Amino acid sequence: MHLLDNESAAARTRSAALAQASSVPGIPAALPPSMDHLDELEAQSIYILREAFARLKKLALLWSLGKDSNVMIWLARKAFFGRVPFPALHVDTGKKFPEMYAFRDRFGKEWDLDLRVEPCPPIDAVDPTLPPAARSAARKTEGLKWALNKYGFDGLIAGIRRDEEATRAKERVFSPRGLEGEWDVRDQPPEFWDHFNASPPQGAHLRIHPILHWTEADIWAYTKREGIPIIPLYLAKDGKRYRSLGDQDITNPVASTASNIDEILAELDATKIPERAGRALDHETEDAFERLRVAGYL
Amino acid sequence: MNMILPTASISATPNGTTRPQVRIVIVGHVDHGKSTLVGRLLHETGSLPDGKLEMLKAVSARRGMPFEWSFLLDALQTERDQGITIDTTQIRFRTRSRDVVLIDAPGHAEFLRNMITGASQADGAVLIIDALEGVRSQTRRHGYLLHLLGVKQVAVVVNKMDRVDFSAARFNEISAEISAHLIGLGVTPTAVVPISARDGDGVAEHTPRIDWYKGPTVVEALDALEPAKPLAELPLRLPVQAIYKFDDRRIVAGRVESGSLKAGDEIVIMPTGKIAKIKTVESWPVTPVGGPQGAGRSVGITLDRELFLERGDIIGHSGQSPRDTRRIRARIFWLHDKPLTKGEQILIRLGTKESRATVVAIEKAIDPGALSNEENSAIARNHVGEIDISLAQPVATDPYTDNPRTGRLVIEVNGRIAGGGLVLSVDAGRPAVPIDIVPVESALRPDERSARYHHNGAVIWLTGLPGSGKSTLARALERRLFSNGGSPILLDGDTFRAGLNSDLGFSPQDRTENIRRLAEVATHLARNGHIAIVAAVSPSTADRAAARRIADSAFREIYVATPAEVCETRDPKGHYAKARAGGLPSFTGITNDYQAPAGNELTIDTSNRSVSDATDEIERMLATTGILFDELTDLAANI
Repeated sequence: MHLLDNESAAARTRSAALAQASSVPGIPAALPPSMDHLDELEAQSIYILREAFARLKKLALLWSLGKDSNVMIWLARKAFFGRVPFPALHVDTGKKFPEMYAFRDRFGKEWDLDLRVEPCPPIDAVDPTLPPAARSAARKTEGLKWALNKYGFDGLIAGIRRDEEATRAKERVFSPRGLEGEWDVRDQPPEFWDHFNASPPQGAHLRIHPILHWTEADIWAYTKREGIPIIPLYLAKDGKRYRSLGDQDITNPVASTASNIDEILAELDATKIPERAGRALDHETEDAFERLRVAGYL
Repeated sequence: MNMILPTASISATPNGTTRPQVRIVIVGHVDHGKSTLVGRLLHETGSLPDGKLEMLKAVSARRGMPFEWSFLLDALQTERDQGITIDTTQIRFRTRSRDVVLIDAPGHAEFLRNMITGASQADGAVLIIDALEGVRSQTRRHGYLLHLLGVKQVAVVVNKMDRVDFSAARFNEISAEISAHLIGLGVTPTAVVPISARDGDGVAEHTPRIDWYKGPTVVEALDALEPAKPLAELPLRLPVQAIYKFDDRRIVAGRVESGSLKAGDEIVIMPTGKIAKIKTVESWPVTPVGGPQGAGRSVGITLDRELFLERGDIIGHSGQSPRDTRRIRARIFWLHDKPLTKGEQILIRLGTKESRATVVAIEKAIDPGALSNEENSAIARNHVGEIDISLAQPVATDPYTDNPRTGRLVIEVNGRIAGGGLVLSVDAGRPAVPIDIVPVESALRPDERSARYHHNGAVIWLTGLPGSGKSTLARALERRLFSNGGSPILLDGDTFRAGLNSDLGFSPQDRTENIRRLAEVATHLARNGHIAIVAAVSPSTADRAAARRIADSAFREIYVATPAEVCETRDPKGHYAKARAGGLPSFTGITNDYQAPAGNELTIDTSNRSVSDATDEIERMLATTGILFDELTDLAANI
């Protein structure tokens, strides 16, 4: 198995250099180092994670094993000084790539996560009138509802981003859900100045979106800077790579020659093809994705 | 939007070609052409994904409608059906020197909360006006809200110039009217641009039809907007988000809102005014870090001494600390259906601080969309006004003119954000009115009492059916805590009904008030270091939730879940027998109106265990949840 495991190297070197450079004794009033784009994104996400931890009673972080939720876990470790203080929930369809399971098993331990793997109901239990990929997604939504009932979480931290998909662009950072996990897009409370609506009604829960303001390129640039491990499926092999990872049977690779993160960034800079183009789900009907989200899909 | 535009945030790439990113919101009256302008901007800057335009043209044809640029934004099915944009979407494109994040905000008055959500994230705004219709109510309202939201850079575009034959006279008329309105609010427009978004005039280039106009195009106006800068020049403000004790470090976490901090700094914690030094700045994966941490950073610090501080406090430097106050004057916008009136109880959020508050005065309540500013005594939905607020607890804050980050607040009603605004002044300069109450603070600090009692203050709330064993447990717990040197105080529901609450009956309203009073008294005791043990049936989930809100983090709810049959057999006060005989019409034991708790700290069924065993379990819960502690050395960890 080949994992990009440069965690210790890149991140530690960078932070150590930073620490050293600015702690020269005897030189007063050094100016604070200015923040770049990634610093700003990181600080905002940490703020959101800490708000969620302060204001909700029972949190869990949804770990899909993909690049976005790995960045999210990294941010949570920064926010809470090393260890994620709430469970990482993997709602397992049982149909992920072997590389993804290997990644989960290894880093669940290395990152000292309180990992909870929850299965999804069999496909027969899900509305057969839905198109195949939407049916798969609905199955995952059911699995999530089971997990919610089992543990009684009042807050779920999810790694969605505004730039992924039009419906996700409508999301709030703290997004209230109904008793069945459904999302009322027409009646979202106002959210401004980093003040969040954090009081879910009894029995309902909140979704918290700490990386809503990030883009796909931000995720890769940050992954590189911090040395966050990734699943090798994201890198090109035989002229193809995965831009987004879902279930094996409904996720397709895109044509690509990008064999490292720099090349991915260069490719993103030039492309006009949407990130989720390889996800069958988004193309079944004009409104498939919105229908799913209203029903509680992530 | 689901577009990967060629921007891809190059500012994040390591090649050094950093371009400023600016976030722009487009606001204005409904149907004045916001979505059309956005569609046109994306096209003119070459930002549309391949095939998107063709796809939308095909969708229009399939629906038998002429193509509209606004279809680009109306991505949701529901929007297309209604023909209006209902929420904020974010779209990215590039001008010559900027990466632009476009936030589209709805113009429909119905969706003002969404406009505010969008506009509050913006560095600058484009206010769009229909040349034919001119300045309308929502134009004025949005202008006012930009001022309240602190958006200082506003470019005005006068759209649909084709509908007025590109008349310079009409343009000048509108330009003068809107400029006067904005300047009156302290916002000077950066440009006023005549355009036709549908045809493209003035968007990216000057066309012959507007050859009389010499100012910037829309794209040029956007190019001139500056990203908001962190408030590095202002004094340090670090609102405390939380205190973490994950290991042997006690880390105070928060985001630097202005100024900067570093290890060794002498700090003041407001509103208490306590003084300490920053020992270390903690981080991960490498810690501690040296050097200053500037505005915008999320940080964690440790202090050189153990002292009581909590979420909501603001850390500043000695001599430059924020003000502490219980009285604030604020200029606010109101979004709730029910108008805000004098005397109303609200919840105020100032940074990470939360405090209950009373509206003691309302002034200058107006509809910012109306031409004549008629003043009202209440602030209606989508209106603005100035209010005086009296807070239940002292808070640390700054007037917004001193610090725009710490000088703003939001108002919550029933757990939902209902309004927000700017802190105009603290200790509002009006003479004290009879409604004003100035509580006297205790001479003792909570940690002094904790040191003596070996416990923190708490409200232990025993709820359950009559006869479930609440009073028995409460008395046993009181004895146990007292024997260990603590200061427990029993508050029995029936005892209170004989005195303080003797004016209350058993209607739902009276029961709610009964619980509220119990919770207030118990909370007062808890804040002064005692353990208040409340034994009350308290059948309503909502009432107990209200009690928890009052007591906040001191609240420990214990459900005494003895089965109803057992309770009725016990019947210590003879109530069940009386009720069965019809003598107690609203007796909770047999009317099934008891709502069992969820999310309570402990559940105890007394039907199958001894009193002392149950008391042990309560003690363990109090120890694990930070109320009881053994050693003085644990004190710091528990406060």
